[in-house]
Amino acid sequence: MQFAAALAANAHLTGFAEGRIYQGPVKQVCVPFLNCYSCPGALGACPVGSYQVMLAMSGHSVSLYVAGVVTTAGALGGRLVCGWLCPFGLLQEVLARPRVCRLPVPRPLLWIKYLMLAAVLFLPVLLINSSTGLGAPYFCTYVCPAGTLEAGLLVGLRDPALRALMGPLFIWKVAVLAAFLVAMRFVYRPFCRTACPLGAFYGLFNPVSLWRIRHDAGRCRQCHTCREACPLQLAVDRSPNHPECVRCLECVRACPTAALAFTARPAPQDQPVDTERSKPRAAVKCRLNN
Amino acid sequence: MKDQRWISYGLAAAGICMLLAGLARGEAADVMQKAVMICLECIGIR
Repeated sequence: MQFAAALAANAHLTGFAEGRIYQGPVKQVCVPFLNCYSCPGALGACPVGSYQVMLAMSGHSVSLYVAGVVTTAGALGGRLVCGWLCPFGLLQEVLARPRVCRLPVPRPLLWIKYLMLAAVLFLPVLLINSSTGLGAPYFCTYVCPAGTLEAGLLVGLRDPALRALMGPLFIWKVAVLAAFLVAMRFVYRPFCRTACPLGAFYGLFNPVSLWRIRHDAGRCRQCHTCREACPLQLAVDRSPNHPECVRCLECVRACPTAALAFTARPAPQDQPVDTERSKPRAAVKCRLNN
Repeated sequence: MKDQRWISYGLAAAGICMLLAGLARGEAADVMQKAVMICLECIGIR
């Protein structure tokens, strides 16, 4: 699914051969995941880049179009986009195999992505060049490793004119990309967890998205198979819609009693009491307790 | 807990309204205008 999504988002395959970006009408479509619009294969526009550029331009207007795309995607599935659609998420999954080890991420580092989100939302209008009156897409300029990989290495390095303009900033960006590429071997999805502003945004929707993971306490045997299956080592049975969850749904697949489900329907405890259905569940619970 | 479904619907509706308002303001063309140019900032050139 992730391969198909990455391919669909970067289907301008001749662009990879020629080192040129797609300039057709589909480029006005904002995709809900991080995919640099200067990637030679990109058919659509990256929401992070588009939002910042709109805010940095002379009108300094918030893009309702981009905000609408990501809010709708978040409201429907939370971080489902991260787990199933994002091409940079796919890269992190691919580079993590075969798994060398799975190091935990120190808690303070997890908060950096919220700083990145704040930087994306506000910096283009707060840090304005006094001579031009314009801001800049600061996240793209100084951090985004997806942009460095897709635009910097695949387009920039192949163009002699652009290559001549590269300086310390390009070296800094390549260093950031290299650090994340190395981290991908030892930490599960390091960029998504520590620096992705879109991941931070979608994570806020996880507990309230329409489709979310429902935990049926009546079926759960507390075997913690879900915790072992979770690549993020989350306590899924206790917090099934944690903001860090990228909704890979490994826990749902691994649960031996089908106590976890990814659905838009309310959890059994949320539904009106149905006496006919509740009797067998109570019996199962008693049997397990004995 | 049941109210959370209404939060989901409300957020999705708000998202769709923002999207449509943005399209009505012609923001898709603004996005395209930038997206068809090579992003120098993304490459690491200022």
